[in-house]
Amino acid sequence: MTWIFENWERFWEVTAVHLRLSVVPVLIGFVLAVPLGWWASRSQTARAVLFPFANVLFTIPSIALIVITPVLIGVKILDEINVIVPLTVYTVALMIRSVADALSAVPGNVIAAANAMGYRPLRRFLTVDFPLALPVTIAGLRVATVSNISMVSVGALVGLGGYGQLFTEGYQTDYTGKVLAGLIGTVVLAVLADGLLLLIGRLLTPWARAGR
Amino acid sequence: MFGWLFDPAHWSGTTGIPVRLLEHLGYTLLTLLIAALIAIPLGAFVGHTGKGGFVIVGLSNALRALPTTAVLILVVLWAGLGDFPVYVALVLLAIPPIMAGTYAGVRAVDPVTVDAARGVGMRESGVLLQVEIPNALPLIYGGFRGAALQVVATATIAAYTGAGGLGRLVFDGLALQDFGQMLAGAVLVALLAVLVDLGFAGLQRLTVSPGLRPVGTGGKR
Repeated sequence: MTWIFENWERFWEVTAVHLRLSVVPVLIGFVLAVPLGWWASRSQTARAVLFPFANVLFTIPSIALIVITPVLIGVKILDEINVIVPLTVYTVALMIRSVADALSAVPGNVIAAANAMGYRPLRRFLTVDFPLALPVTIAGLRVATVSNISMVSVGALVGLGGYGQLFTEGYQTDYTGKVLAGLIGTVVLAVLADGLLLLIGRLLTPWARAGR
Repeated sequence: MFGWLFDPAHWSGTTGIPVRLLEHLGYTLLTLLIAALIAIPLGAFVGHTGKGGFVIVGLSNALRALPTTAVLILVVLWAGLGDFPVYVALVLLAIPPIMAGTYAGVRAVDPVTVDAARGVGMRESGVLLQVEIPNALPLIYGGFRGAALQVVATATIAAYTGAGGLGRLVFDGLALQDFGQMLAGAVLVALLAVLVDLGFAGLQRLTVSPGLRPVGTGGKR
């Protein structure tokens, strides 16, 4: 803990990088996963293609994806994009299933009622299906966010930023306090992000608590 | 691109691909065994008694946020290099999904079934071992297979502190700027993960009661 207070500025700097590297992929991944999940919830073919593909993507170790990405997209190994692309891939792989399951679980009679009231497809999706799918979707988003925050550190093994830098520097200089500082930072960040998403989920779905 | 992977010279010797594969598999299986021995009894006990569920869920979430790299490095700094830090880091990674799956599985067993088991005179231990756990197996396997995928993928990082396994290809390749070797490591880990999952899927089919099959979760996350 003392390392954090003695190196306050460095700690904040690393925290900011870590936060950026974990939140940006969640946002991009979420935006990509919603249409893909919607497609998978409507088409058996899409499920049969997307789910196994997502499973395979998930088995590629993060360190491997981080070192392969620069070669595949032609950037330098020390570019932040090399963490952002793999983590986006993992987020999409994880969220497709959450979104598809959530949309499939919307009760048929609710959809029938919305159709009968004259909702057009897009409006029905935005105001009926998607809001009802939010609890499960946000549960998936929480898992993706927490695992991203924990995985950003892997980027430091190839020299990228975030708390992982404290791990590698601590390892090279045999300085436990530095590693612990990064560990505490990661866990606190994960818990805060998780709590924030939980709160957002509760605020967005007031009906889920009605009648309790 | 795949030249390194298919070069016969890399498929023999004490640092050849088969040795690295076996090391990786060894880390994975022993880790899963240790984690299962810790997580299944804990999850089952809490699921059975219904006490402490909040602690189990909270502990799982907190452990999930723990960066494996940091745990590995910390244990290396404290206990020195070797396989021990690898197992500590990987077991901590594998416990949350197995524990959460077991807890959720036991909790989700139909209370009518549990009451019926008590009604025919089963002891509490019988209720847990002969009724609740067999019925919870699909969810236990779900958590276990999720853990297996994570462990196979993450065991790669063990090579950062000099341990063996397929991570050696990734980190040695990185040090030598040898893209083919890194790619070979990545491909082999993904392949191993798929094979390990298939193995456990087979085990699941053999050990889960056919009556439970329709509600099987498949376990992939």
